[in-house]
Amino acid sequence: MNGVGREVLKYAMPWLVMAALLVIWQIACIVFDIPEIILPKPTRIFAVFVMRFDVLMAYCGDTLWTTVVGFLLAIAGGLLLGLAIGASPFVYSGLYPLLIAFNAVPKVALVPILMIWVGVGSLPAVITAFVISFFPIVVNVATGLATIEPEMRDVLRSLGATRIEILTKVGIPRAMPYLFASLKVAITLAFIGSVISETVGGNNGIGFLMLSASARNDAPTTFAGLFAIAIMGVLMYAVCALVEKRMTRWAFRGEIVG
Amino acid sequence: MPFVELEHVSLTYRLGKETTLALADATLGIERGEFIAVVGPSGCGKSTIMKLVTGLLPASGGDVKVAGQLVTGPIKGVGMAFQNPTLMPWRTTIGNVLLPMEVVEPHKRRFRRARAEYEARAMKLLGTVGLVDFAQKYPWQLSGGMQQRSNLCRALIHEPELLMLDEPFGALDAFTREELWGVMQALWLEKRFTGVLVTHDLREAVYLADTVYVMSRRPGRIVLSRKIDIPRPRTLATTFEPHFVDLVHELRDRIHQEHAQ
Ligand SMILES: Nc1ncnc2c1ncn2[C@@H]1O[C@H](COP(=O)(O)OP(=O)(O)OP(=O)(O)O)[C@@H](O)[C@H]1O
Ligand SMILES: [Mg+2]
Repeated sequence: MNGVGREVLKYAMPWLVMAALLVIWQIACIVFDIPEIILPKPTRIFAVFVMRFDVLMAYCGDTLWTTVVGFLLAIAGGLLLGLAIGASPFVYSGLYPLLIAFNAVPKVALVPILMIWVGVGSLPAVITAFVISFFPIVVNVATGLATIEPEMRDVLRSLGATRIEILTKVGIPRAMPYLFASLKVAITLAFIGSVISETVGGNNGIGFLMLSASARNDAPTTFAGLFAIAIMGVLMYAVCALVEKRMTRWAFRGEIVG
Repeated sequence: MPFVELEHVSLTYRLGKETTLALADATLGIERGEFIAVVGPSGCGKSTIMKLVTGLLPASGGDVKVAGQLVTGPIKGVGMAFQNPTLMPWRTTIGNVLLPMEVVEPHKRRFRRARAEYEARAMKLLGTVGLVDFAQKYPWQLSGGMQQRSNLCRALIHEPELLMLDEPFGALDAFTREELWGVMQALWLEKRFTGVLVTHDLREAVYLADTVYVMSRRPGRIVLSRKIDIPRPRTLATTFEPHFVDLVHELRDRIHQEHAQ
């Protein structure tokens, strides 16, 4: 095989594998005569997906909205707290253990409490998304700050730089690649948080759509919702990966120019 | 009165219960505008002296004075260059060189307004080390020698009264190194700052310094102070003259004694 063909195949591979899986799924459904209520055929899911496209999009829009708001809050909060933890040993020793303990709590457990506090609707989803995606951002930003080369710090200190100057001239630029690296993980988590909250106790969003469809034994719609979630998740991840590449070229020493 | 004075300075590093006496008793004086070199076995406390003079570390015993003032915290506006260039990879070469201007008074206050003027100044300095064409490149696009030259520019741009160089040429090949000796000497002849150079290269020490201090093994003490009475400007040809070679041998013998013990 020539070089170009190889290259094309490399990029086509994931699509080919996916197509193959769908075909196997379809064949299995037909051959074993699986009832639609248990596992609908991919063609049927696709048909529902197209037929209910408007509804799906509307519910996806809700989920996207809560996810993005929670995620943006997590970036702001995570950046601030991460900088504080990375810059001050006192904040570090005071807060880090608590954060770790908090992170060990499965976030689904928070949803019922949030519902007591703020009721059903978008707010619990936003808060869950925020709470769950907050942690990796804090840890990454703090790590970025804590791993500044001591010599770099010494150069600035010997110039008479204040702590704030050291933070803005070295700390923040240094923490940026770590921040952007954490965004890919954080957006996925925020999305999970949103959907969990909608599924456990929501009245809109794609999670709620799936829940109510499954309550009606409408398996094709439930699966169409699942597909929509998968597509959204991949797209959001891709956006974050792209932003990361754009913003932190220096961290890759220019090797990645794509 | 000397510009930099160390009087019976000692330093102990502490990590939990473990203590390391790095510097036992260092006494030396550096005149304003003098260029000195410190040589000695590895681990004898040379880098430690640099940190003490600039106030990055507090002395465990004795007094460190700069310009008559007792050093208690980091003193301001010193130029420093370490063995690894520590350039910021997110800034271009000129951005790195301009860093001190954003931090050191009085430049800091004027920097935003007079950026063009400061850039011109940085370009001129980059010109003296042959880096004009690389001003807009990032450090990771430069060779090791070029990075080290930018590093020197960053240490010099704000025309510090005190320049501290900790093995800045150590990682370079012999040719680049000897070329940079010339650059360094020319800059010093022009600006006449007070210079402190730590090095393992005795030829480098003799080429650049007015006085060379030899330190003992750890814990470090100053065991020899040698005035270098070779006229300037010194050239590479100078390094082959008998007097130069004698001085290098004298220093080498003294350091060998330290190793032999
Ligand atoms: N941060 C530190 N903590 C504990 N011990 C240290 C620290 N820095 C240096 N030391 C110890 O102090 C001694 C002197 O170190 P220093 O870095 O001053 O040596 P040096 O003369 O610069 O050596 P070299 O020529 O190899 O750079 C060494 O024995 C080293 O182990
Ligand atoms: Mg050293």
